[in-house]
Amino acid sequence: MATDKIWVLIDTTEGKPSSGGLELLTAARQFGSVVEAVVWGESSEAAAGPAGAHGAARLLVLGDLGGGLAGPAVSSALAARISGGEGPDVILAPSSYECRDIIGRLSVKIDRPVLANIVGLAKEGDGLVTEHGIFGGTQIAKARFTGEGPGLFIVRPKTFAAEESGGGPAEVAQLSAGEAGATAGAKLIARHVEEREGPSLDEAPVVVSGGRGLGAAENYAMIEELAKLLNGAAGASRAIVDAGWVPYSHQVGQTGKTVKPTVYIACGISGATQHMVGMKGAKNIIAINKDAEAPIFSIADLGVVGDVHKVLPKLIDAIKAKK
Amino acid sequence: MNVVVCVKQIPDPAQPGQLDPGSKTLKREGKLILDDSDAYGVEMALLLAEKAGGGEVTLVSMAPNGETSGLRTALAMGAAKAILVSDDSLAGTDALGTAKVLAAAIKRAEPDLIVAATESTDGYTGTLPVQVAEILGLPSVTFAKSVDVADGKVKVNRQTEAGYDEVECPLPALITVTAGVVEPRYPSFKGIMAARSKPVEQLTVADLGLSADQVGAAGARQEVVDVTAAEERKAGEVITDEGDAHERVVAFLDQLKLI
Repeated sequence: MATDKIWVLIDTTEGKPSSGGLELLTAARQFGSVVEAVVWGESSEAAAGPAGAHGAARLLVLGDLGGGLAGPAVSSALAARISGGEGPDVILAPSSYECRDIIGRLSVKIDRPVLANIVGLAKEGDGLVTEHGIFGGTQIAKARFTGEGPGLFIVRPKTFAAEESGGGPAEVAQLSAGEAGATAGAKLIARHVEEREGPSLDEAPVVVSGGRGLGAAENYAMIEELAKLLNGAAGASRAIVDAGWVPYSHQVGQTGKTVKPTVYIACGISGATQHMVGMKGAKNIIAINKDAEAPIFSIADLGVVGDVHKVLPKLIDAIKAKK
Repeated sequence: MNVVVCVKQIPDPAQPGQLDPGSKTLKREGKLILDDSDAYGVEMALLLAEKAGGGEVTLVSMAPNGETSGLRTALAMGAAKAILVSDDSLAGTDALGTAKVLAAAIKRAEPDLIVAATESTDGYTGTLPVQVAEILGLPSVTFAKSVDVADGKVKVNRQTEAGYDEVECPLPALITVTAGVVEPRYPSFKGIMAARSKPVEQLTVADLGLSADQVGAAGARQEVVDVTAAEERKAGEVITDEGDAHERVVAFLDQLKLI
């Protein structure tokens, strides 16, 4: 399967491309000679600058979606372009909420399978070989497509580092809307932006996460306080998200976010493989857990066998005192 | 209102997983359990059907060897019946092939609403629900944090990077729910007893009118080429808290110039 022409799907917020998308543009430059970025929604054209700077020659734009969702709209537009003979050899997309919808629908429309949850991607021979963490990331499975292209790849953020290529703004080309029919029935009524103090989970230099060892939902306040003191973001294990203590948006791990901060502080987290997959790329790991046998200690640079209810308040006070 | 829940029966994640040495795909031949992620979908479906004042919750699953233990758990929670597609020719089916099989099975139940988890706990592909919706020509709303059905529409608060979106969608439709959105009920003793006699319709690929080249390893257009051990991170120093361990943490953070 050739890799010459590559589309990279990029989520944008008020015209600003997501870091996951820019990472994939950086990777695409190594794999192919023609790299085109795909964006959608109001003011997404503004991504032409940063997309070009990261290697996109062209920015394919599907503008205002008129209250519709990206999945049906963008997949129909892309399917139409592919059937018009302007399709790529490879389609790369970050594992974001919208990209997963787009790629899932597109795969049915063009009848091509998807390789998802990719943590590594390299050119081998004339095609791409993917890497997937399996069994909680203890093993890496390599996979590839065997049929005709285009290949659809969904890549976890932070798999590549975004680097500028020095290119000028991408040339903007409008995508024509496709036929989405009944699949476009869902309409956006309102957007709610939750006020967030400090950096986002995937960009924070410090991530402080809490797990079941906190004992009760109200103790998560200690995690938030410590994160705030360190100008970091507050994360969570799947166990306490499943228990309803904190929203899913805080979840770090296989089914949540992948983080690679300078330091990750795991509090009351035993270290289920599902969690470790999302944080073991941190430069430094500190773990506080009362169970000396907890698997988290096997990957921690500094492990504290102790009760989070005792250690955390003292740690918070000590940092406050130093400030 | 009739609701279909897509449920996956998976090898117990607490047990070490095994790969088939030939195809290097996950072995799924032993006892399977209900994927934890799907318990939220089952609970959501039961709540919505109860609120609508009628209708049934039907489970749809694909699993080897006619495996029903995971389905019985969900039936014990209160689902009315199940459709299980089990066929030797399905071994090695990729996600798109699985979506074709499930879509064909779901169609038979004529649902108003289809509920699925955002992704499974063993495969994590996360594209299957939307593929099912596309095959059935239905709208979908993924990553629902809360769900309500009224006036022939499903209203969803959908997780986004920045917060959440309020989305409204006409039925029939498919939604995926994140974990933690509802608290899955524990099956009662009565529920467990009742589940034993609830109908589980077993179907083959041929029953669904699909051809053998669309499914299984033959229909899969992707392959695992290699499996290797991941690079391991080494353990550092482990200390036991004697009341002053926080000082070591402070020193560690200080050294990284984070304080």
